[in-house]
Parts: sequence; C-alpha cells; structure tokens
Amino acid sequence: MSVAPTFAKRDWPLMLVRRREFGVVAAVVVLVTVTTVINPGFAIGSDGFRNLLLTPSLLVILAVAQAIVIITKNVDLSVSAVLGLTAYATGLLFTDVPGAPLPLVVVAGIGLGAVLGAVNGFLVSVARVPSLVITLGTLYIYRGIDVAWAGSDRINATDLPSQFTALGTASLLGIPVMSIVAVAVVAIAAYVMSQTRAGRQMYAIGSNGYAAQLYGLAVRRTVFIGFVASGTLAGLAGVLFAARYATVSSNAGFGMELQAVAAAVLGGVAIVGGIGTVLGAALGAVLLTTISRALPTLGIGDFWQQAVLGALIIGAIVLDRAIAARQARRLRSAHARAAAVARKEPVS
Amino acid sequence: MTTTMDASRRTPAARPVAARARSLLLGRDAAVIVLLVAVWLIGSVSVDNFAKPNTVYFLLLDVLPIVLIALPMTMVVIAAEIDLSVASMLGLSSVIVGVLFQHGWPVWAAAVVALGIGAVGGALNGFLVATVGLPSLAVTVATLALFRGIAVGLLGTKAVTGFPESYKDLASDRLFGPGTAIPAVLLVFVVLAIGFGVLLHFTAFGRATYAVGMSAETSRFSGVNVRAVKFWLFVATGAVSALAGIYWTLRYGSARGDNAVGLELTVVAAVLVGGVSIFGGRGAIPGVIAGALLIGALRAVLRLADVSADAINIATGVVLIASVVFPRILSGVRGRRRRSRRRGLEPEPSLE
Repeated sequence: MSVAPTFAKRDWPLMLVRRREFGVVAAVVVLVTVTTVINPGFAIGSDGFRNLLLTPSLLVILAVAQAIVIITKNVDLSVSAVLGLTAYATGLLFTDVPGAPLPLVVVAGIGLGAVLGAVNGFLVSVARVPSLVITLGTLYIYRGIDVAWAGSDRINATDLPSQFTALGTASLLGIPVMSIVAVAVVAIAAYVMSQTRAGRQMYAIGSNGYAAQLYGLAVRRTVFIGFVASGTLAGLAGVLFAARYATVSSNAGFGMELQAVAAAVLGGVAIVGGIGTVLGAALGAVLLTTISRALPTLGIGDFWQQAVLGALIIGAIVLDRAIAARQARRLRSAHARAAAVARKEPVS
Repeated sequence: MTTTMDASRRTPAARPVAARARSLLLGRDAAVIVLLVAVWLIGSVSVDNFAKPNTVYFLLLDVLPIVLIALPMTMVVIAAEIDLSVASMLGLSSVIVGVLFQHGWPVWAAAVVALGIGAVGGALNGFLVATVGLPSLAVTVATLALFRGIAVGLLGTKAVTGFPESYKDLASDRLFGPGTAIPAVLLVFVVLAIGFGVLLHFTAFGRATYAVGMSAETSRFSGVNVRAVKFWLFVATGAVSALAGIYWTLRYGSARGDNAVGLELTVVAAVLVGGVSIFGGRGAIPGVIAGALLIGALRAVLRLADVSADAINIATGVVLIASVVFPRILSGVRGRRRRSRRRGLEPEPSLE
C-alpha cells in the first residue's frame, strides 16, 4: 500500500528486517491504516495517495543527508539554510536569465549546495572544530545571506517555467516524480554507504575516529566528502522545493534542520556516530511527516504535533539504549559461558 | 574521543600544561573582553546614538534572556554536554504564566509554578542524560520539540496579554530613575551571575564540573558523582530558562507559544564566543558574559547603523565561527612549529 515496506523488502534482506527499519515501517503502516479507516481520504483516492507519497520527499532527502554526516560522528545543522538558499537561487536564475535551459539550472542549484557543503566540510576538517559549532555558524550565515539577498522578495509561480514547476506535480505511472527522485537518492546513498569503500570508511570513522586514523584512513578527507554529500543533497532538496511549492521566500525550509536530525534519530541513526542506515533515516522522515499529517485526523489538534514528535524521539532513543544494553548483557554472558567452558567448569 | 586525542597529543610536550592552559584561558577571556570594548568604542564613535543611555538600556534588556541562560549553559558545556531545549523551555514557561494568569491566578503564583515546571523539565533532560546515559544532543533536540510542542499545544496561536502594569514595570523599570541606562531587572542577573560564578570557580561542585568535562571516566574513578553533577546542571538550565521565560512574558506583556524560537542557538553562540570549549573542561563565567554582551553589542551597533537584521545574523555566524576557528589555527601553527623544531633533532619518522 505504501511504498516504504515493499522497498524495504526488495532491497534489504531479512537481516535488516529485524532491525529498526522494520519497526519504523510497521509504525508507518499502522498509522496509515488507522488513519485511513477513520478518514478514507487520507490514503485512498488519487489526491490522498499522491500526498502520502509526495509530502515526505523533501524531508527524506534531508534526512539522508543528515544520516551520512551523523554516521561520521558529525552533524550538519545548516541543511535547512542550504535548502533555502539554493531554492531561492534556482528561482532567481529562472527569473533573471529568461530561457535558461532547465537541466543547467537544476545542476547549478545542486552545485551551489555542494559548494556550501564544501565550506562546512573545509571548516570542520581543516580547523578541526566540532561540526555542531561550525554548522550552527553557517546556519546563521547561509540563512542571513538568503534573507539579505531575497529581502522581502518572493519567487512566484508565474516567474518559473511551467516545465520546472511540473517537476513538483508530475507523476509517472501514478507515482509523483519527486517521490521517485527521493527513492533514487535513498537507493544510491544506501548502496554507497553499505557497499563501497568510502561508505564503510564513514562508518569506521564514526565508530572510532582515532582507530580509523591509526589504521591509515583519510579521516579528514572522508569527513569533508560527507559534508559535500550533505550539501549536495540539501541543494537538490532546495531545487525540488522551488519546483514543488513554486513560491520561494527567504524563510524556505526554516527549522527543517532539527526535523532532519529527528528523522535520522527516529530511524535508528545514533547521534554518537557509526550506527544506523540512510534507509532508516529516510523511513524516519516518512514516519515523521505521516504523523504530522495524520494527527488532525486522529483527533489530536494540529498544535500538539511537535509535542508528539518530541515524545516519539525520546521513546526511540530510550528504546535504542535498552536494546543496546540487552545486547551487551547477552554478549557478556555468552563470553562468561565460553570462559567457563574453557576452564572446564560447570555452566551455571 | 577527540579530547583523548588532544590529550595524548599534548602530553609529550611535557611543558607545564596547567600553566599553559591557564595563560591560554586568560588570553582567551581577555581577547573577548578586548573585542567587546573595541565594538563598544567603535560603536560609540562612529554610530549615532549608540552611546546614549537609552541604547544601552535596550541593549541590556535584549541581551538579558541570552546572558541569563548562558550562565547555566556555560556549566553544562564545560561538563561536555549541551542543552538545546532552553528556548523551548522559555516558551513553555511563558505559556504557563499566561494560561494560569488567564485562569485568575496572581502573576507571582503563576511564575512560581513556571519555575517549578522549568526545574522538572530540566530534571527530565538530566535524568535521560545522566541516568539513562543518552547523548545530550539527541535528548535535548527531542525535548526542544517536546517543550515547544506543549507550549504551542496549550495556547495555539493565541496570545495572553493584559498582565498588570505593576508586574510589567518589574521588567522595564530603570534602576536610577527615568532616562538612565541600567534596568532594575539587571540586579537579578547580577545575583545569579555571582551565584554561578562562585559555584563554578570556587566550589567543589565547580571543580567537579570541569573534571567531568575533561574526562567523565577519570572523574568517576576519582570519586566524583558524575551523574549527580550532570543531573543538577540540567535542572539549573531548565529553571533559569523558565526564569527567562517569566521575564520575557512581562517585558513584552504577552505570553505566546512561539516566544523566543531559535534563541537556543544564540545562547550557545554566546557561550562559545565567550571561550568555553565545546569539548568540555574549559571556560569561565566572565568570558561568557563578555561573549553574550559582544553579540548583543554587535547586533545593537549594526541595527543602529541601519544594517538589516539578516546581515546581523551573518555577523553573528561569522563571530561564532571565527571565535572557534582562530584559536584552533593558532594552536595548530604553534604545534607545527614545535614539531618542526623537534624534527631538527630527531630523525624524521616516516608516516606512510
């Protein structure tokens, strides 16, 4: 019914179904089912179904970006500002350069995101200042540039070519193009993070940076690449934002940085680094957006959404902690048993 | 992790580390204060009206919530944790005051309840971080949403206004009569600043805070109650944020769910600009007060010079990044010079 579970099954065998991703998918399915029973329009009918797929797309991309950076034991608080800046730049390129070819503008927007990400990566890896501080600073700076540049100006739908805004509304075989882009981003990022050397190095650096350095991994370069990836994806999200909403003011994406972190944490990406998957983060984003859309139907006022979200994140991290503690206990007792066997003592 | 790396890299130098750290710290504090004075002087000379008592008065009123929350935040960051939920707690406290006032409570009683809720919210953070052992960044991002969500849930987009003038005057009275620069409410800050300064710099609890920030494990083995230290620090941030919320409500005469959205980042910026190390174990209250005033003064100067609010945000970001990047680069240069000096004596170790 929803795209997420089939995606999870097709691409990820049993070993991941046991993990956090499965729980998140289950939560989404239950949530969508219950909400649809109460209000059929939520998922059934062309509008409901489309919205179900379309709404999470932007946050999914930001959550993937965030997950990549968090896995390297960093954090990127500037993603929302990068989104806002690239969205505005994209819109402005269309208005100031009439007849600019569409693919070129899209690439320019994404490229701007990559540059902004590279600035973060450079500051973090060269000055070796914690990314929390650097990206907090660039969050201010990028948003400030956005506001200074845009002023009270807005990009309106009439300024944008219809082919471009069609990107935000068009569907392919009944599935919105934006959702297809988001799924492609998740698939590529999941492949890179789990199957390629660069991805595995990110996990290694996130679990133990010191060991990774001793082992000879290029820690700085890898962290830098992580930030460039995050900026690039945020840039892509910015371009899609412009296409989807067709109106871009200077506060586009405001506050989404914490939602992206929340989605990643909800999806099992541990803030301490080295743990979690981009798929989990993406599903966390789907769950988060679906919850905010479902709450009014479930009779919980709009205004309580954030409180529910906060409680949910606390629940998720406490659960992670409990599972990790249980696993550690089990490993310890297995170890003790093995030691007892080695000493030829009876196992209690 | 990174702290261990730093420590292991520094020990071979075997110079009087403590003395060097102290001089660095003093230098750092001094730098912020010098910068503050410079901004103040440049502002007074080149920007009309900056030196007027009224400007100073409004600057102090504006900076007060930031510098108030920065006091306990300094200790939290020194203990190598962080609390991002402070602005949400400020908003929640403001809403509590408003809702109770709406139900006919006297403002002082509502304020007491709000303070209590602040302490309870802080205790929730403290419990999750200190007892459950969760990373404070994740916990307080969650409670940032939770506290703000409860605040917005309780009031929606409504605002409670109509607080008695006598209470509103508390937040805006001037200490030395009309037209003078010092708001009376600054006294509250002075008392708290002295309190936190003494707590951090002259008590066993303060020393324990530094120890926890340097290495939680080592301090546990030395008999420091790490859990208790962290727990009470979060309770303190929660309570002081609630206090700032009460001030906010009275100053603007309006309790709203979205009061002070995003202020947590400014507070963290003030603390870091003030010379507190995000790795924990380093920092001091005077530097942080100067840091908060620096950001406040910079904003006031730029605002009076007709620079738009967004450019002011850019300046805040640049100051924040510069304040952490420059010391790192300087120490990096110093380290390289030392290493190359040593290299002259020893055969060069091959790296690859």
